[in-house]
Amino acid sequence: MNCLLKRTPLYERHVAAGAKMVPFAGFEMPVQYRTGIIAEHAAVRETAGLFDVSHMGEFIVRGPQALDLVQYVTVNDASKIEVGQAQYSAMCLESGGIVDDLLIYRFADRFMLVVNAANRTKDLEWIRHHADAFNVEFEDASEAIALIALQGPGAREILRPLTSHDVDAIEYYRFAEGEVASIPAVVSGTGYTGEDGFELYVAAGDAPEVWDALLFAGSSQGLVPAGLGARDSLRLEMGYSLYGNDLDENHTTLESGLGWITKLDKGDFSGRDALAAQKENGVARRLVGMKVRGRAFPRPGYTIVSGGEVVGHVTSGTMSPSLGVGIAMGYVPSELARVDTVFQVDVRGRPAEVRVQRPPFYTDSSIRR
Amino acid sequence: MSDIPSDLLYTEEHEYLRASGEEGIFFVGITDYAQGELGDVVYIELPDTGISFSKMEVFGTIEAVKAVSDLYSPISGEVTEINIGLDDDPSLVNSDPYGDGWMIKLRVDDESDLDALLDADRYEDHIS
Repeated sequence: MNCLLKRTPLYERHVAAGAKMVPFAGFEMPVQYRTGIIAEHAAVRETAGLFDVSHMGEFIVRGPQALDLVQYVTVNDASKIEVGQAQYSAMCLESGGIVDDLLIYRFADRFMLVVNAANRTKDLEWIRHHADAFNVEFEDASEAIALIALQGPGAREILRPLTSHDVDAIEYYRFAEGEVASIPAVVSGTGYTGEDGFELYVAAGDAPEVWDALLFAGSSQGLVPAGLGARDSLRLEMGYSLYGNDLDENHTTLESGLGWITKLDKGDFSGRDALAAQKENGVARRLVGMKVRGRAFPRPGYTIVSGGEVVGHVTSGTMSPSLGVGIAMGYVPSELARVDTVFQVDVRGRPAEVRVQRPPFYTDSSIRR
Repeated sequence: MSDIPSDLLYTEEHEYLRASGEEGIFFVGITDYAQGELGDVVYIELPDTGISFSKMEVFGTIEAVKAVSDLYSPISGEVTEINIGLDDDPSLVNSDPYGDGWMIKLRVDDESDLDALLDADRYEDHIS
């Protein structure tokens, strides 16, 4: 293993559990445990899985102009976030290209921005650059904060006896500050699996104790640790985008299916002019979901072909463990983006027929909106 | 630690050759190490019987949840049988790579080619 790779506070837990550790975004992360991706995926869909997502970055913004900075660097309307609420958003370059997608949490005295691990340094510099113009304090708290995701239809019942919170009162994209297993934690009704569940922000040093308490409490209900492999197949079944695959600086939020978080009328923000112009002139290409007919599995980088011409590339693709068929996302010209449009993906020299489908691909999820 | 039976022959691409008991015919599959690296196998595309492959020619593909890999013929020969059991249960490659997880039976053209393959010790060195 590369000695430059970082480890989360839960590294020893993963190794002890027999995880296969792989480099991911500068961290050594568990891609799967002994039982494998399919079993972990099924556990999250049927009961519950526990994920270490401590590699994610957390930035804190406070001060008189904290909201103004957050509004300027993100595309969604942060003024609509209530204290105790979280919002999905994105940061865009002036070109409209996506710097990162993120979650914004509003506390009484601060905002917390949760960003992708692979983008942490870039995001930090980019926000810092803009922060100079605002009266704010801005800090990177990533090293101090660990993040554990408890996901699945059984998550609520597993968490209930471990916390003083009324877990049923924590709605989708709401959070509460309290304790889990007698340890201070932010309990957030969020996740990226499509299942009901929570993300728990705890002090880095407390993470192993919380992890152990959750696994102990949940083991009789089928809770298992789940790795990045299952996290990827779960999010793709829901059609959730992954930065670096489906989102990048070369595509705008309007092209990436994130028009719903792009609030052009909220006031000035980075990328607004370009995005407004693109909306006015029409979006030429779009990120679409695709389902394969037959036995073939699209992978990132495979070409999308229509009428004998290469029209795009697959950005994410896998076998859907829940559905048993190939599913994918990729960019195509807007005229091919309509639901039920049929074209081909070149699966290593052989055309596989795919049909455009509006995600989610998996429709029986337990998520409570 | 992965299982490397001492009585098999191996390639650097992680295929193995196991004597079938029939003269000149060998089982071909992937090693325990390879299945562990791939993770859950979801589909294996195999050739028809009767097709011949040269040494290191691609004879099929193996799809795991996370990745796809080519399968290389360890040696020149003709496919005499494929493991149709893998159509129903590709996870046999994970659970029993050297047994029920075999992929094809190959009639070897020239048994002196076997000398070029790795024995268990050399394969272990290769993966360590």
